[in-house]
Amino acid sequence: MSENKIEIRGMNLHYGDFHALHDIDLDIKSNEITAFIGPSGCGKSTLLRSLNRMNDLVEGCRITGDIRLDGEDIYHDCDVNLLRKRVGMVFQKPNPFPMSIYDNIAYGPRTHGVKSRVQLDEIVERSLRGAAIWEETKDCLKKSALSMSGGQQQRICIARALAAEPEVLLMDEPTSALDPISTSKIEDLVLELKKDYTIVMVTHNMQQATRVSDTTAFFLLGEIVEVGDTEQLFSMPKDKRTEDYITGRFG
Amino acid sequence: MNESAIRRKGGANLRETVMHGVFFLCALASILAVALICIFLFANGIPAIKEIGLLDFLTGTTWKPGNDIYGILPMIVGSIYITAGAIIIGVPIGLLTAIFMAFYCPKRIYGILKPCTELLAGIPSIVYGFFGMVVIVPTVLEVAKLFGSKISSGSTILSASILLGIMILPTIIGVSEAALRAVPSSYYEGAVAMGARHERAVFSVMLPAAKSGVLAGIVLGVGRAIGETMAVIMVAGNQPRLTGDFLKGIRTMTANIVMEMGYASGLHREALIATGVVLFVFILLINLAFSVLKRRKDT
Repeated sequence: MSENKIEIRGMNLHYGDFHALHDIDLDIKSNEITAFIGPSGCGKSTLLRSLNRMNDLVEGCRITGDIRLDGEDIYHDCDVNLLRKRVGMVFQKPNPFPMSIYDNIAYGPRTHGVKSRVQLDEIVERSLRGAAIWEETKDCLKKSALSMSGGQQQRICIARALAAEPEVLLMDEPTSALDPISTSKIEDLVLELKKDYTIVMVTHNMQQATRVSDTTAFFLLGEIVEVGDTEQLFSMPKDKRTEDYITGRFG
Repeated sequence: MNESAIRRKGGANLRETVMHGVFFLCALASILAVALICIFLFANGIPAIKEIGLLDFLTGTTWKPGNDIYGILPMIVGSIYITAGAIIIGVPIGLLTAIFMAFYCPKRIYGILKPCTELLAGIPSIVYGFFGMVVIVPTVLEVAKLFGSKISSGSTILSASILLGIMILPTIIGVSEAALRAVPSSYYEGAVAMGARHERAVFSVMLPAAKSGVLAGIVLGVGRAIGETMAVIMVAGNQPRLTGDFLKGIRTMTANIVMEMGYASGLHREALIATGVVLFVFILLINLAFSVLKRRKDT
């Protein structure tokens, strides 16, 4: 059994008066892909964004309980910038910066103090290879990242996240804005990345969850209804509500 | 009752045509105004430039209407000096203010700051001029004396630059802030999600992304500074001379026109209008630069 990378215990999250997440307990295992599924507004993105404290940017957001990364509490006595270096994120809509592909990828390492050109060149190549987009970009690293297609932009964003050398990669519906071909490329890539990273992925696409994830957590109205081995959860759900959702009876 | 429901009714059609015409005429008015100004300026200014000689007019260093010597180089240089000074003073302050307002300012302070910068834009230039005369000019004189300068008046390039620097603040702040706010917040999120600090995300991602909008704001500020007249006359000293000393007075093109137009006649009068032509060409170039920058932002 692989060990737990992230442990969440008794976690509650409020947006002002709204109680968005109730008593969340969840273990995320190292070098596995964990999928969060559930209807819109059920809190899965919110939980994802709590794992690298992106919710700090939201005014009136209050979190209680415990979230631990390798046993360390990430909400107390923790440098949020170092946390985000270790827990990278890929967003729903590809958001490359309006600069060259090279500068996009080099942004993370530069942020964390890498100045040497040789070292940066090496990181850029490694990250682009890691995100399976090196062949398409190696001859145009000086080109604006915005000139690439949506699927390429998303892989550039993945490469950018990899360049910061994270341990965990959070992906918030990374393929929902992409066509089926780009989607399948990204899914292949995610399966490849599992070797080196712990991946947490929010998805609306249940086929995607079954295709890529090892563990799936089903969310409903701010609660985790069921967590388990993906195959088992989809073939023999324990909870009636999970069954209703995955068989398409609601949501 | 078998009238078609989608057939155009004659009355509606006519009304549309008439309204279309009215809108078109209104739109025409501003085009007409620009065209008339152009024609008037060039028709009255070009003959004088011809008579004086384009080269003598633009590069002549002496302005002595009494002796029929009309060289406006000192005034061109004066306008450029004061505008450059205003940019040096106004751009850093304005840009940093815009960054503060867009990314740092608590809501409560913003509620005061924003109306203040807007009010700054509404103050008449003569009031700025008074402020310059009463506050900036004496202060510049005192401070210069403190540093051992022997100047006898505080009406200097420096004073005019400071005053114009303040006057272009609202333009630079307003346009830059809008440009910074127009940058998608997903860029900011992307940067902090990689562990960038707030400052780094703002200065390395958000500011570069707003670059062309910020430049457009600066260009608009240049336009405002170079065309400013009243406030400048009150603090610049207005001596038509070539000098590189920012503690000396200087005369701008606008000041040249206003100060002498009242009594000028004949070639003198035409030479002043020709000064206006040169100023107009400057403004045209600045507007051209502005629209090029704006177009680059749109694509």
